[in-house]
Amino acid sequence: MGQAGGTRDGASSPGAGRVRRFRTYGEVDHGTGSALLEQVIEQRARLARRLAGVGATVAVASGKGGVGKSLVTANLAAALASRGQRVGAVDADLNGPSLARMLAADTAPLEDRETGVVPSPAVGGVRVISMELLQEREDAPLRWRDPGSDTFLWQSSMEATVLREFLADVDWGGADVLLIDVPPGTDKITRLLELVPDLSAMLLVTTPAEITRAVVARSLRLVREAGVSPLALVANMTGYACPSCNRRHRLFPGDGARELARATGCPIWAEIPFDPRLGEATERGRPLVLDRPDAPAAAAFAGLAGRIEALLDARRAAAAPAGRAVQ
Amino acid sequence: MKFLCIGCDEVMGFVERQLPGDGTLAAVFSCGTCGREMAMLTNPMETQLVSSMGVKIGGREVRAQPLEATRSGLEGGRGEAFREAEPPARRRPPPVEWSPEAVERLGRVPGFVRGMVKRIYTDYAREREIRTLTPEVMDTARSELGLEGM
Repeated sequence: MGQAGGTRDGASSPGAGRVRRFRTYGEVDHGTGSALLEQVIEQRARLARRLAGVGATVAVASGKGGVGKSLVTANLAAALASRGQRVGAVDADLNGPSLARMLAADTAPLEDRETGVVPSPAVGGVRVISMELLQEREDAPLRWRDPGSDTFLWQSSMEATVLREFLADVDWGGADVLLIDVPPGTDKITRLLELVPDLSAMLLVTTPAEITRAVVARSLRLVREAGVSPLALVANMTGYACPSCNRRHRLFPGDGARELARATGCPIWAEIPFDPRLGEATERGRPLVLDRPDAPAAAAFAGLAGRIEALLDARRAAAAPAGRAVQ
Repeated sequence: MKFLCIGCDEVMGFVERQLPGDGTLAAVFSCGTCGREMAMLTNPMETQLVSSMGVKIGGREVRAQPLEATRSGLEGGRGEAFREAEPPARRRPPPVEWSPEAVERLGRVPGFVRGMVKRIYTDYAREREIRTLTPEVMDTARSELGLEGM
């Protein structure tokens, strides 16, 4: 009987005293025509096509909450834009979005083209997509049409799909840099890496606090194992910069950020001092780098933007024909 | 997933998909050898799980719309979140007319998804060379395309 009945031994029924052994999914070589795999492949291809038009895709993550990822993203976006780069910003924090507000994104309806949704214009010409722009009420928790129960079974899948759509279905218009503000939790980093395995770079935001160091160390290991390069730290709240005299004072007893860098060999690309003006400016939707470029925190963001520009230049040189690359 | 006709050792092929209501998804498969058919019925949670992946059992009849899963799934979406962009004149496809009844029905679709739903129905009609969209065409499209709630 061979493999009749999709089994290896062809036993006629489970009750006949013999164990029926089915072939594996891969051993059964015909598809059903339900085309699920093809659709998933097309989704990934669509995402890859979209990001192929972007100069560099840079994630700003941490693993830890409350360290200033969105603030770093907003200020870095504004710093890059002020240096002439075309910048897109994706607020991947679907449950606690803030990037649109931090960048004073226009709340006018988003232009809905067949080729993609046009992201909202924001301060300095940055283009933003965020759940903030799509929800009716600013105090509305993120909810999906659901069958009333077992939400936990599909919610993560839904959020991964929305993030994929934010990246793939938004017309980034040939942005030089696309920044992705990743929400807290190492699982969110994993989700992003599965969607965009060839990120141009990842910045891990940390603070001098020991508790932050421990959490970011986990993220760092995860990202490094995924092979993302370059991978760098952004140390936030590295002391208090006095607005009057610009002198720095310590905020935390230790220096977990530098310890982490020493222990792992991961470079620190920026050390951002705590500055009350930074938070105030960001709350107003005018990142500090635009109005007070002389402030130490703004200067740190300018330096970080320079790092990203160098990365962009290197990618362009690598992508250019050999004859032009050496000119 | 694959469905085997055990007697024929044949993978059953997809035939059609329907949304009969109550969040149920019905997908029919048949054996190409003996002709036996089977229907897979998913409960609302299972339907939602498939939907959350942004895929459709049986494949797509019309192309995916930008932010389709986001717009279809989000509760409390902003009514004025999107505005339709006119296609460039040189690429403007032949028009599909909407009957007054169809327009009235479209008007009942929440603003957050209305533009996307309109484009899906229009694409559906255009690809089948249907010149006028009526509520009956919308019903057929809704069932064939699996547009629950649209």
